[in-house]
Amino acid sequence: MKTIYVDNNATTRVAPEVFEEMTPYLTELYGNPSSMHFFGGQVQQKVEEARERVAGLLGARPQEIIFTSCGTESDNAAIMSALQCNPEKRHVLTTRVEHPAVKNLVAHLKRQGYRVTELPVDRHGLISMEDVSQAITADTAIVSVMWANNETGVLFPVEEIATLAKSRGVIFHTDAVQAVGKIPINMAESQIDMLSLSGHKLHAPKGIGVLYVRRGTRFAPFVIGGHQEGGRRGGTENVPYIIGLGKACEMAAIDIEEKNLKVKSLRDKLENGLLEMVGNSIINGDREQRLPNTSSISFEYVEGESILLKLSDKGICASSGSACTSGSLEPSHVLRAMGVPFTAAHGSIRFSLSSYNTEEEIDYILEVVPPIIEQLREISPFWKGAMTQSCAAS
Amino acid sequence: MWVYTDKVRELFNNPKNVGEVEDADGVGEVGSLSCGDALKLTFKLDDKGRIIDAKFQTFGCASAIASSSALTEMIIGKTLDEAAKITNQDIVEFLGGLPDKKMHCSVMGQEALRAAIANYRGEKLPKEDSEIVCECFGVSEKEIVDAIQHNSLTTLEQVTDYTKAGGGCGNCHERIEAILQEIMGQAGAEPKPEKPAKPRLSNIQRMKLIEDTLEKEIKPSLAKDGGSIELVDIDGDRVLVSLRGACATCAASDITLKHYVESKLRELVTDTLVVEEVSP
Repeated sequence: MKTIYVDNNATTRVAPEVFEEMTPYLTELYGNPSSMHFFGGQVQQKVEEARERVAGLLGARPQEIIFTSCGTESDNAAIMSALQCNPEKRHVLTTRVEHPAVKNLVAHLKRQGYRVTELPVDRHGLISMEDVSQAITADTAIVSVMWANNETGVLFPVEEIATLAKSRGVIFHTDAVQAVGKIPINMAESQIDMLSLSGHKLHAPKGIGVLYVRRGTRFAPFVIGGHQEGGRRGGTENVPYIIGLGKACEMAAIDIEEKNLKVKSLRDKLENGLLEMVGNSIINGDREQRLPNTSSISFEYVEGESILLKLSDKGICASSGSACTSGSLEPSHVLRAMGVPFTAAHGSIRFSLSSYNTEEEIDYILEVVPPIIEQLREISPFWKGAMTQSCAAS
Repeated sequence: MWVYTDKVRELFNNPKNVGEVEDADGVGEVGSLSCGDALKLTFKLDDKGRIIDAKFQTFGCASAIASSSALTEMIIGKTLDEAAKITNQDIVEFLGGLPDKKMHCSVMGQEALRAAIANYRGEKLPKEDSEIVCECFGVSEKEIVDAIQHNSLTTLEQVTDYTKAGGGCGNCHERIEAILQEIMGQAGAEPKPEKPAKPRLSNIQRMKLIEDTLEKEIKPSLAKDGGSIELVDIDGDRVLVSLRGACATCAASDITLKHYVESKLRELVTDTLVVEEVSP
């Protein structure tokens, strides 16, 4: 059976070019970049080249790039640094739809006595700039808002928020894990102070991330140790992965807009096809302010795990915001924050594409999905109204 | 990813007895769309009182569909007394096992069967008289006690796996722990510590305490679900409030009000308080 991989917001395939670039550093070229000898020195050169490549994709300076172990570490480092550098400030401002890397960190901070504001989103998944402006106080240490939502692909006006935060003297961080590589980013013309990215979302391996810290932004290290990364992140560099990420960023920067236009046209074909063929289906999230690769679509009256399992039997890999798939009993916090009705939230499927997807694959998905939904609706007591829907009456 | 047995996958892909029996003698409905799974079971009896036909409709994950299909296969040909003896464990066995997190699917099957039998006999289900413990999923104390006793559960996580209770906001975790303690304690018979008597409060102290409890205890908890609450007035034992945010439009808000807000206020202030919702 052929694998049709449309779960690229979960992780992506490592590009063959990336793997090739990494291999020598997993085998013969094993030196430590900190060593004084030539054997380590050549590795260090390659690490610095990777730093330049990452900086190139972001429109940043190489010194502004700190390599970390993952997106979660980057998010943690950014927020904890802002709090450490502003010990008199006790307020963190974020949104209700952040990734657990931020969401659970701020919940932890709340338990430690910090004040946390999580801004609501409207039914399209968008936040209001007025809410942001009102929520920033003299006590606010950091504003952290994701660039793009992982479940719906909805884009947040991070540049605008960064400008607002700057004018109020507050540090702004964005979790750009889902945005980097999918939309053009230029830190040279931005007011964003800190930005997180993760390698495995853009065809580098899992286990490598970056925290961008704008020159002049005060920074307190999160992982304390040796002098690596200019003393901003201790620990021997994950050399092969850093080099792999450098290559992935270099590749992502080439024709970024054209590549993503192609991805967008495939996504739109998939989405429009499904909406047309499957009644009672709804797109979650604003359709304009959105990543080009993501489609969160809800099929009413059926449950997401059932759909995923049937898709999986046909070789199609997607994901769902339904309760059953996460091991939790409630649908995703993102869909709930948007007020997606339960009729739809439990039946949400996320398709996330990459430039490796083809038109044939989309045609195949369009052929497979409608009968699956029909089949499950035949079983569902809600589809033909056999059962009404009260909760506590169960 | 969950690992399902071949039997679960087979019944998920080719479920038996899907639909609704015409002129059903018994109908059982459990679950709801908001809870994430639901099952409607219908059966018909022959003139000897045996189940001659049974059908199901299920909204839910693969294991919910497979459990429902299994249930119909298990009850056809049985008398109601025989069928009533089927437990969730029998369904699990029929399926060759279920992942821990999916045990509630088998419990849903058992409950639908009980509901359908009660419907036929014109009886009330015992759970209808039992207090709701988990507001998020509408799980009663009776259901929790049954699941603990029939499946020898010992932890909160297991109770959640089997009944869903406690899988939402988490406000009922203490209650569930207490129920567990009580049932397990029956074997060990540990005396329960007496609750300390509440000090008598002056009117002003009491008002202040009500305000504080709403602000510090109740609001943060409702805020987790995007809701809020405002104190409108206090009139004797009546606490008049107005719900805001997500609570204002939530279908379960009256349950939240009675079972959470009121019981919290009773616990922390005075046990005679009554919470009423008024429009702002």
